[in-house]
Amino acid sequence: MDTKLEKIVQTLQEKFGATLEEFRGEAHVFVKPEHIIEALTLLRDAHEFALLSAMTAVDYWPQDASRPRFHVIYQLTSLARNLSVQLRVPVNGSRLKVPTATGVFAAANWREREIMDMFGIEFEGHPDPRRILLPDDLDGHPLRKDFPLGYEEPQFTFNFEEIDVRKPYVKE
Amino acid sequence: MSEYQLQEIPVGPYKHLVSERAVSGETMILNMGPQHPSTHGVLRLVLELDGEVIVNCIPEIGYLHTGIEKNMEAKTYLKAEVMTDRLDYMNNMGNNLAYVMAVEKLVGLDVPPRAQALRVILTELQRIASHLVWLGTTALDLAAMSVFLYCFREREIILDIFEMVSGQRMMVTYFRPGGVWRDVPVEFEAAVRDFIKLLPKRIDEYEALLTKNPLWLDRTVGIGKLDAATALQHGVTGPMLRASGVNWDLRKARPYMGYEQYDFNVPTDTKGDTYARYVVRVQELRESLKIVEQALDKLPMGPVRSDNRKFVTPPRSEIGTSMEALIHHFKLWTEGFPAPKASIYSAVESPRGELAVYLEGDGGPKPYRVHWRTPSFDNLSVVPQIVRGHLVADLIAILASTDIVLGDIDR
Repeated sequence: MDTKLEKIVQTLQEKFGATLEEFRGEAHVFVKPEHIIEALTLLRDAHEFALLSAMTAVDYWPQDASRPRFHVIYQLTSLARNLSVQLRVPVNGSRLKVPTATGVFAAANWREREIMDMFGIEFEGHPDPRRILLPDDLDGHPLRKDFPLGYEEPQFTFNFEEIDVRKPYVKE
Repeated sequence: MSEYQLQEIPVGPYKHLVSERAVSGETMILNMGPQHPSTHGVLRLVLELDGEVIVNCIPEIGYLHTGIEKNMEAKTYLKAEVMTDRLDYMNNMGNNLAYVMAVEKLVGLDVPPRAQALRVILTELQRIASHLVWLGTTALDLAAMSVFLYCFREREIILDIFEMVSGQRMMVTYFRPGGVWRDVPVEFEAAVRDFIKLLPKRIDEYEALLTKNPLWLDRTVGIGKLDAATALQHGVTGPMLRASGVNWDLRKARPYMGYEQYDFNVPTDTKGDTYARYVVRVQELRESLKIVEQALDKLPMGPVRSDNRKFVTPPRSEIGTSMEALIHHFKLWTEGFPAPKASIYSAVESPRGELAVYLEGDGGPKPYRVHWRTPSFDNLSVVPQIVRGHLVADLIAILASTDIVLGDIDR
């Protein structure tokens, strides 16, 4: 890991009790949900991480209830110092709430809507909490691991009508 | 009321996004798209209009959502690559590159120098093709019909080169983890050299048609100004960010695939308007040509795939004679190779900006989670900010200048 980045990670560790994982030169810093906004603001203002490159989540289902089911991931880039750091926020399956980062990075607005849509994690204080990619009336959150990959029954001439009745689309 | 009359949209679901005047009925809320020739795909825009002036613009996306991220979780690393072509259908080689680089980083796989150089040549050609489509469609939106025809004529040559190397014009899947599918045919070099000799003159022709054309200037100069701070706040990258005065190109900042060997400039502009974005992209066409030429001059001989048999399938010729090769071939195409239980983030510079893959393995042969950080998604999210106060006709110019691809946004 870059020495400049090491110092920044140390600051995060001291201030927020963050833990660090490294893989192939990438720094993954684990931060608690209650500290995430402070941590993002600190990185943006004090360490020139001006770009929220990506924001996503991972579902670790099935996981025993004591451990966090989701990780919300913030990938930050510093253009001025040419550094990258990843913040990961573990979210417990029983309390799916993370404070919104829209106040720190405007890019978080749509990214958070996507995570809401795909994982059902709520971002508290989000200005526009609508679904973004999926239709409003869809049940469930497809990128969760307990959401099955879709399958459509093939129709043939001999059973076309029979299967058509079961198909989910709107019928005239 | 005839069915062809304009119909307003109820304020209801957009109440928190529109101005007070829309609620009182003073401004109109109208729909643009999802089937509209100038939205470059199935994009729906909900516009709050005061006469012809845009008060608010609310993009509605997701009409092209294909669930690629979820689908990739159900496929092995090798098989999932086929879907990457379908994301940003103007940047197939670039998507392949982003994906194979992520896989290579996750499993720790080296790529031979010849394969790296081929990847650079082909992604730069793809960048040229993508910018040509952008230039043509933008000019078409702004009523310069002939540029569209010329740009597509040149793009055709690139697609023919792709067909020559991969057998496909668009859905190439040519780059594979550890190298490329197979070496390029002998005619490849001559075809690319002909193209790089031809294109500079053709770019001059496009510029002669547009750069100083008063109608073009009227439609683009000072339209949709985006300052650097707003751009970074919204995660805008690529030519759009560079047109706003930020010199940030991953090919320069974090060279991959040997980009550090090539001498090229990163065009920037400070004005941040639609015209600046046009200027930056046209200069990028010339810079990409420089890279292609240098890479072709330096193109080393040697293998085009890694010989690490645990990840890369052996060549066909070995299968008939070597037992191990047959076993590896069978294992890799049925079970696939395992990747470590870890996650990586790998980014490349696509024609639209930072295209990145978040890839997480779980120790098995299928990705646990794939996330595509697609540049168009963020580049579109800034549009509502920059169209305020412009006319509807200018919205078309601004939207075209962002160079969005809906397959890239909706994934």
